[in-house]
Amino acid sequence: MPAPQCATCHKARAALRRPRSGRALCGACFCAAFEAEVLHTVVAGRLLPSGAVVAVGASGGKDSTVLAHVLQVLAPRLGISLRLVAVDEGIGGYRDAALAAVRRQAARWELPLTVVAYADLFGGWTMDAVARSTAGSGRSRACCTFCGVLRRRALEEGARLVGATHIVTGHNADDMAETVLMNFLRGDAARLARGGGLGSPGEGGALPRCRPLQLASQKEVVLYAHFRRLDYFSEECVYAPEAFRGHARHLLKLLEAARPSAVLDLVHSAERLALAPAARPPAPGACSRCGALASRALCQACALLDGLNRGRPRLAIGKGRRGLDEAGPPRDGEPERAPAPDAVPAF
Amino acid sequence: MCQVGEDYAEPASEEPPPRQPGREQKCVKCKEGLPVVVIRAGDAFCRDCFKAFYIHKFRAVLGKNRLIFPGEKVLLAWSGGPSSSSMVWQVLEGLSRESAKRLRFVPGIVCIDEGAACGLSPEARAKALAEMKLILQTVGFPWHVVALEEVFDLPPSVLRCFAQEPVGTEGAYKAAVDSFLQQQHVLGAEGAGDSPSLAQGEEQLSWPCTQDPQNPQSPDRPPTAAQTEALSRLFDSVKTLTAKEELLQALRTHLILHVARTHGYSKVMTGDSCTRLAIKLMTSLALGRGAFLAWDTGFSDERHGDVVVVRPMREHTLKEVAFYNHLFAVPSVFTPALDTKAPEKASIHRLMEAFMLRLQDQFPSTVSTVYRTSEKLVKAPRDGCAAGPPGPRCLLCMCALDIDTAGAALLSQGGPPSPRHRAAVLRLPCEHEGLALPGPPAALHLGRGPAPQPEGLHRAADPGVPG
Repeated sequence: MPAPQCATCHKARAALRRPRSGRALCGACFCAAFEAEVLHTVVAGRLLPSGAVVAVGASGGKDSTVLAHVLQVLAPRLGISLRLVAVDEGIGGYRDAALAAVRRQAARWELPLTVVAYADLFGGWTMDAVARSTAGSGRSRACCTFCGVLRRRALEEGARLVGATHIVTGHNADDMAETVLMNFLRGDAARLARGGGLGSPGEGGALPRCRPLQLASQKEVVLYAHFRRLDYFSEECVYAPEAFRGHARHLLKLLEAARPSAVLDLVHSAERLALAPAARPPAPGACSRCGALASRALCQACALLDGLNRGRPRLAIGKGRRGLDEAGPPRDGEPERAPAPDAVPAF
Repeated sequence: MCQVGEDYAEPASEEPPPRQPGREQKCVKCKEGLPVVVIRAGDAFCRDCFKAFYIHKFRAVLGKNRLIFPGEKVLLAWSGGPSSSSMVWQVLEGLSRESAKRLRFVPGIVCIDEGAACGLSPEARAKALAEMKLILQTVGFPWHVVALEEVFDLPPSVLRCFAQEPVGTEGAYKAAVDSFLQQQHVLGAEGAGDSPSLAQGEEQLSWPCTQDPQNPQSPDRPPTAAQTEALSRLFDSVKTLTAKEELLQALRTHLILHVARTHGYSKVMTGDSCTRLAIKLMTSLALGRGAFLAWDTGFSDERHGDVVVVRPMREHTLKEVAFYNHLFAVPSVFTPALDTKAPEKASIHRLMEAFMLRLQDQFPSTVSTVYRTSEKLVKAPRDGCAAGPPGPRCLLCMCALDIDTAGAALLSQGGPPSPRHRAAVLRLPCEHEGLALPGPPAALHLGRGPAPQPEGLHRAADPGVPG
């Protein structure tokens, strides 16, 4: 059976059906529609004002590649300039290959590229070192917990280095849907209360962040990359199989197969969750050590690093934060004592 | 294992407990009896302690929320399944206790016969009905058995939200209880001497132990074949099992509320257990009902105005319910439902159920975590969303619409207005595909899509969208 005509231009043969609406489109019309939708998201949400210097978090993967490409296409219309910021977490066998892809992209698009490495920013703690530190005793290594927090800090640092005014990341609708499922399954009311918008406006001195691809489903991102023949790195992280997100991702794939609108319905739900005021996170202040945005005395990045440096990596994860105080890592020769309970504010 | 806030100072809960299970283990509560059931992660209870624990939870949920006033008429929605049977049994036991601890409301039972929607033959339906009547007669409350076909006879007024009665304050509840107790005393003094409160209480509650004379249009008249056929056609026209489930729930709710209204019940109790509510919460999330989770899964649901739906079984897990029913011989009737024997991938509901139960095997606190999160949800629009006067309500589920019709693109998920965004077509999402509602147009609860226009409703067939 021959493919139907493209529903938009009525000239070329349709090359795909859009997952959401089922319309048959040819490659060029689909790419145009995709770009138009991203433009609409950015303009309607007033995410990137004219004259903004935008740091694109580039990992070499499909989402950030598509994001950078689309923003480059739209840059003249929006009046923004782009800088690529890549984060090197120090994951052997994975990140080096991804960085090579980012470098090729930067050369191809002629965009300035800055690479920030965990090893430089966080006192030698690469993700491999973190994984070795947290391994053992049959519990999960919680790598994604560390990597996610530290990466956001690294991205912020990289953006400041290049003088950016906004940070964009390539999270797509599937990512947002997985996040809301995951947060419910783990009972993370604070994140549920905070999440679900199109990014954060940048309170307390942090750079405003947004996710222009948030309403694009993952299938469409892949199709766009295919039709525009973009070169990206498509292997998954070495630590990904251990992540709890895998369960949410598996569930999302099943839901999508049963009902294609489930992904966007989840994003819609997440935007409208109403949580009790007591469950919401406290208003953010500044970290006492590094000055970044923090809802407690120490920002999560400093808290995690503190735990790592003390040899107690899980100190800042979960209820273990109760034992955290302002004292630095123990000096040599001093026995490791549990910090005095009255010195710690109740979390 | 992956719970936020879990204390990593303790060893992970997957490790086997150091004590040897078996002969030496005693009930964790009374430390004497032989345990018969393990609740949660390792608490073994003996039979009596389990019964006390179970009953206490039921009473505590009712007492904590203070919504059921003494002397109030409460309708128990009984499906025949284990959770609602357990609830009915709890109410029965609670009403027959000594006066201080007795439950103080007037119960009735409603049972909806959904055989036509599930495609059962008339013989199967009659058989199930006979079994149900047997149990209903044993229980002895006034009962109403209603066929789902009667939903076609509902007046349009059910779709209008009645004025909300203000929820009583703490003071009002206490005052009501005190005055009720005083009444009891007075009647007891006036009446005969021996065991006054019990006898007087029974008379006041006045439920007949045999046939119920209270429902003149009682169920012994089976629905006509034309109605059954119309109902089957309605359900067949709905393409996906997910949508059928949602439709069935909407129709069932409306019918139960109608029965409650016509017979003067002000509260309806449903037997949703903790497990079912956790699954329902995740399902509602996946269906786009994030704004209404507090109504769908909270203890009380007052969106219908005059009749309030309460869920007293919401802290009992399915495991506890099953064990209680088994140990204490609670009768229940099995009737096939819409998704009985359906494959796992057939609907969102089935998928979510299978997923949650599987995850619960691996992480035993999954259901309780989701339940605890649901307790933190409030019934209000999220901060930052339109906090103005209450807007139009959905026709089917009576919740305030969560679509921003003014065209703010952030809240409408359809992306940029396509060139087809003209005033003519109202695109219905899958769940309402089968319903071509005649009569004046009303606002429908769309998951996504362009702003609804006040023209007629069309059934827009979406080509290429897989069922």
